[in-house]
Amino acid sequence: MEPVLEIRNLNVEYGLGDKAVRAVRDVNLTLHKGEVLGLAGESGSGKSTLAYGLTRLLAPPGVITGGEVIYHPEKSDPYDVLGLSDKALRAFRWAETAIVFQGAMNSLNPVHKISTQLTDVLKAHDPKMSEHSRNARAREMLKLVGISPDRMDAYPHQLSGGMRQRVMIGMALILQPQVVIMDEPTTALDVVMQRQILGQLIELRERLGFSVIFITHDLSLLVEFSNRIAIMYGGRIVEEAPAGTIYRDALHPYSKGLLSSFPALRGPRRELAGIPGSPPDLAGMPSGCSFHPRCPKAFEPCSTHIPVLGRPGTPDGAARSVACWLHPTEQPVG
Amino acid sequence: MKYFLQRIAFYLFTLWAAITLNFFIPRLVPGDPVQSLIAKFRGQLSTEAINSLYVLFGLDDDKGLWAQYIDYWQQLFRGDLGLSFTFFPSPVSQIISDALPWTVLLVGITTVISFLIGTGLGVFAGWRRGSWTDGLLPVTTFFSSVPYFWLGIIAIYLLTGPDSFFPSSGGFDSALVPAWDQYFIPSALQHSLLPALTILISSVSGWILSMRNMMVTVSSEDYITVAHAKGLSERRVAVSYAARNALLPNISGFALSLGFIVGGTLLVEIVFSYPGVGFILLQALGAKDYPLMQGIFLVITIAVLVANLLADLAYLLLDPRTRKEG
Repeated sequence: MEPVLEIRNLNVEYGLGDKAVRAVRDVNLTLHKGEVLGLAGESGSGKSTLAYGLTRLLAPPGVITGGEVIYHPEKSDPYDVLGLSDKALRAFRWAETAIVFQGAMNSLNPVHKISTQLTDVLKAHDPKMSEHSRNARAREMLKLVGISPDRMDAYPHQLSGGMRQRVMIGMALILQPQVVIMDEPTTALDVVMQRQILGQLIELRERLGFSVIFITHDLSLLVEFSNRIAIMYGGRIVEEAPAGTIYRDALHPYSKGLLSSFPALRGPRRELAGIPGSPPDLAGMPSGCSFHPRCPKAFEPCSTHIPVLGRPGTPDGAARSVACWLHPTEQPVG
Repeated sequence: MKYFLQRIAFYLFTLWAAITLNFFIPRLVPGDPVQSLIAKFRGQLSTEAINSLYVLFGLDDDKGLWAQYIDYWQQLFRGDLGLSFTFFPSPVSQIISDALPWTVLLVGITTVISFLIGTGLGVFAGWRRGSWTDGLLPVTTFFSSVPYFWLGIIAIYLLTGPDSFFPSSGGFDSALVPAWDQYFIPSALQHSLLPALTILISSVSGWILSMRNMMVTVSSEDYITVAHAKGLSERRVAVSYAARNALLPNISGFALSLGFIVGGTLLVEIVFSYPGVGFILLQALGAKDYPLMQGIFLVITIAVLVANLLADLAYLLLDPRTRKEG
């Protein structure tokens, strides 16, 4: 499969100097064409920072301190997003990589009509487009996400939370980007609405062929909706594998912990365990593997040496990677 | 629409209450205008003259407060605000309509300019935090804490004098007759410069500060991040997303300040002896001139109420969330 987005050794810090907090550490991740890549982890594990970092939307004091984000456009040569000029970056945003944000409620400007907010992005990226065709395109997008086009003139407060998030999804797809980043897109919605919206998104993906980075703390959603899952802990990716593999046979004790924290709808009953302890303080990370103080299987090297993300020695090892001393690797990834 | 009618009813009630208070308060003040006239004539008034003055001013004892109150309302509906005691025998309505344009033009134009400059600078300072505009803030805060009449006194002390371009008092050169001609208008402009600058300097900083703070608050909203993520130009995000939303509280503040144009700059007019409403009010107060005071308070009250109504309307227009459906 062809890659669309390659994240190489990305580092993001909040603050400068000694007091800086490293929120994303040496992350390597590749998003392939047409796939849904899930990114899971507890609060504060760096998932959202990773997403903001790769689109250069970090609010101060967030700084990207190193790495590359290589984007592969459909027709031209790949380039590093982190090296784009302001103008090129503006052109890149939304047209190549669109984002659906966490707060469905606050992502739309309350004083502008839906139509204004759908069309201004068209105007910004294609100034020559006529007003008529801009409106037609906006209506088309609303229809695509299942909202009646006569809601064009509605204000955000006149729509329900689910409708607003659907408007945001429609807005994200309006320029036909190759990559859509979903940052906990359904957190503010009820479970029924979550499934409905995600189901619709997957269907749209099959039709339009974009790739998705899907960020959530809800691993059960990811197992169902994504092709591949990457698990983040303390700013690092600790395990990455196809969704089914993670679900059936997670290697990292943290992934196992996450998986046993929610009940399965089908299949045999199992004990809900949860993970003891609390997420690490990013400002004062434990030495070695940052998970070792909470890990039930920690042994000697864990507290002193950082495990590298690499291919494990299991039979399906070629398709997955893990960073754990239980599964030492000779072949680091990235 | 129902909301709108409710507002109108509310304003009518407030107007009634204000006019009623307006009627009673001067009558509760000890002393009366005839006494002050007697003092003015140093007692050289006969008893008959004094009695006829009481009758003329409607202060004869036969009429109770209630009858006076009814009379007052009847006069109001005829647009008759009574005769002024100080500028006897001019009617109050004429004195006010002579003074009002001076105040409205001076303070009105200054308020609008101040709002525009202050809001503009506030948007800039809020959007470009950490640039040179942050250095502007302590300066403006200093000026906003200085009372404007004091600033006026300093300005008169420093800038006016026999050879100065700036006149120290009045609304126009006393050698001229008010008319819309090429002599009078420049003179009026020249006389208004110092008072206008004084008001401008002391009021602009309030707008800068409030606008900047709202910009900072709005800048951290999610929809601003979305606007950036959409690849909109910096200008579009700053104006149409951040400033547009940050403007809302300032707009209502502006509408309210329009209400205080008529009565709010009393002290500047007094300092500069500017022939506006505030200056007249000072004279009316000194002479216990009830009809004139009542007339001026009435105008101020109406101005404040109209401004409030405007603020309500502006909000309805600018913030869709305040509109009710249907």
